[in-house]
This record gives sequence, structure tokens and C-alpha cells, in this order.
Amino acid sequence: MKPSLLEVEDLHVRFPLAQGMLEAVRGVSFTLGHERLGIVGESGSGKSQTGRAILGLTAKPGIVTAKRLAFDGIDLMEAPPRLRRSLRGSRMTMVMQDPSYSLNPVMTVGQQIVEAYRAHKRVSQAEAREAARAMLDAVKISQPDRVMALYPHEVSGGMGQRVMIAMMLITGPDLLIADEPTSALDVTVRIEVLRILDQLVAERGMGLILISHDLEMVASFCDRILVMYAGRIVEELSSGNLDQAQHPYTRGLMGCVPKLSGDRHPLPVLTRDPDWAR
Amino acid sequence: MAGAILEARNLSVRFGVGRLTIAAVEDFSFALQAGESLGLVGESGSGKSTVLRAVTGLNKPAGGTILLDGTPLAMPRGLAFYSAVQMVFQDPYASLHPRHTVDQILAEPLAIHRVADPQPRILAALDEVGLGPSYRFRYPHQLSGGQRQRIAIARALILRPRIVLLDEPTSALDASVQAEILNLLEQLRRDLGLSYMLVSHDLAVVAHLCERLIVMRGGRMVETTTAAALRDGSVTEDYTRAMLAASKGFARAPAGTSLSP
Ligand SMILES: Nc1ncnc2c1ncn2[C@@H]1O[C@H](COP(=O)(O)OP(=O)(O)OP(=O)(O)O)[C@@H](O)[C@H]1O
Ligand SMILES: Nc1ncnc2c1ncn2[C@@H]1O[C@H](COP(=O)(O)OP(=O)(O)OP(=O)(O)O)[C@@H](O)[C@H]1O
Ligand SMILES: [Mg+2]
Ligand SMILES: [Mg+2]
Repeated sequence: MKPSLLEVEDLHVRFPLAQGMLEAVRGVSFTLGHERLGIVGESGSGKSQTGRAILGLTAKPGIVTAKRLAFDGIDLMEAPPRLRRSLRGSRMTMVMQDPSYSLNPVMTVGQQIVEAYRAHKRVSQAEAREAARAMLDAVKISQPDRVMALYPHEVSGGMGQRVMIAMMLITGPDLLIADEPTSALDVTVRIEVLRILDQLVAERGMGLILISHDLEMVASFCDRILVMYAGRIVEELSSGNLDQAQHPYTRGLMGCVPKLSGDRHPLPVLTRDPDWAR
Repeated sequence: MAGAILEARNLSVRFGVGRLTIAAVEDFSFALQAGESLGLVGESGSGKSTVLRAVTGLNKPAGGTILLDGTPLAMPRGLAFYSAVQMVFQDPYASLHPRHTVDQILAEPLAIHRVADPQPRILAALDEVGLGPSYRFRYPHQLSGGQRQRIAIARALILRPRIVLLDEPTSALDASVQAEILNLLEQLRRDLGLSYMLVSHDLAVVAHLCERLIVMRGGRMVETTTAAALRDGSVTEDYTRAMLAASKGFARAPAGTSLSP
């Protein structure tokens, strides 16, 4: 049998802090095929740390353990750092939640996309620039030439996010982890970006993990949804079945969303049961 | 306009030189009334953050005037300005000092404004944004995206300014925490009469917090409208209509519209 694109079994991420051990991820397991998997969950529940651990980008002195962590059959826990680095640059990539932090501050965004592309494909500078321009155009950056000449602090929030997406997609990865990739985008551009991701999954068989707090977006876009709370997966839902959520966190979430159809002040909030975090 | 606490008249901000010059904000005016929440919406790159940054003195205007309580503001902005006006930046990472703990980040504005007995204020500020005392000694990089955003909100509110400029303040928060922050903002406005300028791409969030909103495009105002008009769909500009329609969700594309990276 062909292995799943990604296998995660009993993943833990811990950070030793002065006040004691912080358990950021506590036993997360799932597999991913060539599909769109959504991860939603409370702020601080371990979504980003799960993504970073899969890529091998856990900040020091974080400790990652897992019964199994495998990409396309490659055991990542045993893989030498060099292999993980080369996988990361090409076959598995992650769009980080804070684009301006993840981009190099002293290099123009154009140079960065060109470099990402040339590290992976043997093409001329001119060809790489053309590919970068086309990619920025695809994510609806108007005037790509002007934007390529800017430094990260000179682009707007939504432009930075799209630069990051362009940079991560230009190498044609097999697995993309996108951490809140559209949170700074207005609705029209967001739909374009989702369309691109959708095509990459449908036509190229890419596996996509979409981390987002936007329930409605995840529900309408993803095939499956994992819900995280306090470092664990508390439930899995199939696409469009948000109304069948069982966990009180997920059920409560829907009620907290402000809606254009209906004006409630104050908004309902969750009463968090300490039992949810057990 | 009489009674406005914060006002901009014919504001312009430009960046770059030569062929690459961009008019990020062009001939833009607004007036924020005391106790009002004013929304600022528009596509990515339309100049929303630049307007807020110009108010705080971070972007130097090429033209126009910004007035606080009817008095034109000078560069650089003084201490009095920052005790009246605070801003939550769109990118909390860039706005929080990387080598300062949460405690230092929250203590700094209190120290500058010589607030006696800062400790209880710091704990209360953390509690308001749903973070316990255990977060005090973390550095920004030791927090999740949404926790960082809440620290930025706590820092802006800790001095109880009269005006808060909020640039996508809840974009990294899940719905449950977002609801708590929106309720907090409303409560402060009701109890203390704070005024807000809110940038958000989430039209429902804007309609929830603001009565009135300005739609921007290409650095200019294209429409001033109301939350009520957003809710009943009676917005007049095509562009605003398109934004409303697009906020209905994602519909899978028909096959065949291909993209090759
Ligand atoms: N370097 C670190 N050292 C210590 N604790 C950390 C570190 N990085 C993250 N954490 C903690 O780990 C937990 C999980 O963080 P993570 O970033 O995965 O949350 P998240 O689900 O992505 O939240 P958000 O939606 O707010 O981005 C949080 O409580 C956070 O404070
Ligand atoms: N320091 C700078 N140097 C050059 N250009 C800049 C600078 N700051 C902003 N710009 C440009 O000004 C324009 C407006 O940017 P701004 O950040 O105000 O947009 P925005 O409406 O906040 O967008 P978003 O919703 O994506 O955050 C963009 O084209 C941006 O690239
Ligand atoms: Mg995160
Ligand atoms: Mg902005």
C-alpha cells in the first residue's frame, strides 16, 4: 500500500520554561492524503506548533517527540537535519502566521521569491524573475514589479501574506501547511488565494493543511476539519458538517461569531470547562 | 466639523521615488466624533494602515492636516498625544520589542507616563485580554499568534487613552476570544467614552463595533456608509457591493481554469 503523504502519531511539543514545562501539543495524531485538511481551535491551542513540528521548525529549546512522524514514507524523527532542510525547501513548505517575521528584513521581497525558486530549479535569474512575477500576479498583487522592489516592512499586511504564499508555492511543494494564510486578506482576494490552493490540490495532488480560525471558510473549503483545544485534537468533522459538532467548544464557537444578519450586544462568549483541557 | 476629536483634512502620503512612486493615501479626510467608532475598510493595499500610521506620526504626510481636539498635530508627536491616542498595529510581531518580556512591554507605557504602582495594572490588563499572570515573563516569540495580538491590545488599552486606533485587532483570534475582545472594547467605550478607528476586512466585525464606516480604494475614499446599510445591503458603490457579495463564502471553482507554477 502506498503510504499516506503525512502520518502523525502521538505528537508532543514541550517547552521548558522557568515556571515549569509548557505542554504546547499533547498527543496529536492524524494522517493526511492528497486533500484539504483544516485545523481550527482556540488561540494558543497548539495549531502553529503542530505545523512547525512537522516541518522541523520548533524553536529552541522546544522538545518534539512522536511515535511516528513520516512524510511520504520518510521517517522524519530519524531523518538527518540535512535531509529535513532539503525537504523543507522544496517538497514540504509552510506559510507562517507572521509573514513579516518570517521574511528576511534586509532583502527585497522579489529577491527572496527568486532565491526560493532558484534554490529548487536550475533556471536563469531572468526566468526566475518572470516566474516570481507570474506567481505574484496569480495572488492578485497589482503592480508586481513595484512590489518586488520593496522590503518586507514596506508592503501592507495583506501583501506580505501573499508574498509569503507566492514564495512557498513557487517550488511546487507536495505538502503545504498554511497557517492563517488569508487572515489579512479582504474577501475578494481571499477567494482567489483559496482557488489557487484548491487547484494545486485537485490538479497536482498537493496535500494541504489549512490552519485558520475562520470556521465558515474552513467548513466551506476543506474536506475534513480537526478541532484543537489545549494541545489536543478534541474532534474531527467532515466538510460542511459543522452543525454536527459534538464538543462544547466547537458548538459554542459558532454562537460567538458576529454576523451581518443579526446584531447582538454583547456577543455570547464561551464558559470554558476545565475538563475540556484535561 | 465641530466636535470631532480626531480629524484629517486632505491627507496625502506617498512612498518611493521616480517610476516606483505610489500615492498610498490621496486627498483623504475623516472626522471621528467623541465616543464614536469609525470603521475603515477596503482592499489590501488601499491605504488603511497608512492612514492610521500617519495619525500616530509614523508616516510623514506629503500634504494635509491632522487635528486632535481641533488643534493641528506637530511632528514628532509628544507625550500628551500618546496618552490620548494609542494604536494596535496590524503586525503585533513587529510592534512588540523582541527582547522585552510581556511584563516589560506592559510596564513601559506606565513608566513613561509615571503611573504609580504599575503591578496591579499589568495583571488587570492581562486579565482583560484573557491571559493569566503566567504570561508575564514570556517573550513575544514564546507566545502564539493570537496571544501576541492580545498583548498588543493590552498595551494599547493600559493607559486608558481616549482614542484607540485598531488595525485588524482580532485577525489572529478564534471566534471565542474575538467575542471577548469585542465585548471588552464595547464596554470600555460605554463606560469610559473611548473612541475607536477600526480597520478590519471582516465586515461583520466592523458592523458590530462601528455605526459608520469609510470604504477606501487606491488611497482614496470611495464611500461613507453605515453598519445598517451593510446589514440590509443598501450600500451604493459597486465596489462595496462586491465586497459584501464576496463575504458570503467560498464556492469551488469550475475545473479547467488552470494555474501552473
Ligand atoms: N517558544 C515557545 N516557548 C514557550 N511556549 C511557547 C513557545 N511557542 C509557543 N508556545 C506556547 O505554546 C502554545 C501553543 O502555541 P501555538 O502557537 O501552537 O498556538 P496556536 O494554536 O497557533 O494559537 P493562535 O491561534 O493564537 O496562533 C501556546 O500556549 C504558546 O504560548
Ligand atoms: N514604507 C513604505 N514604503 C513603500 N511603500 C509603502 C510603505 N508603506 C506602505 N507602502 C505602500 O502603500 C500602500 C498602502 O499600504 P497600507 O499598508 O496602508 O495598505 P492596507 O490598506 O493597510 O492593506 P492591508 O489590508 O493589506 O493591510 C501599499 O501599496 C504599500 O506597499
Ligand atoms: Mg498560531
Ligand atoms: Mg494594513
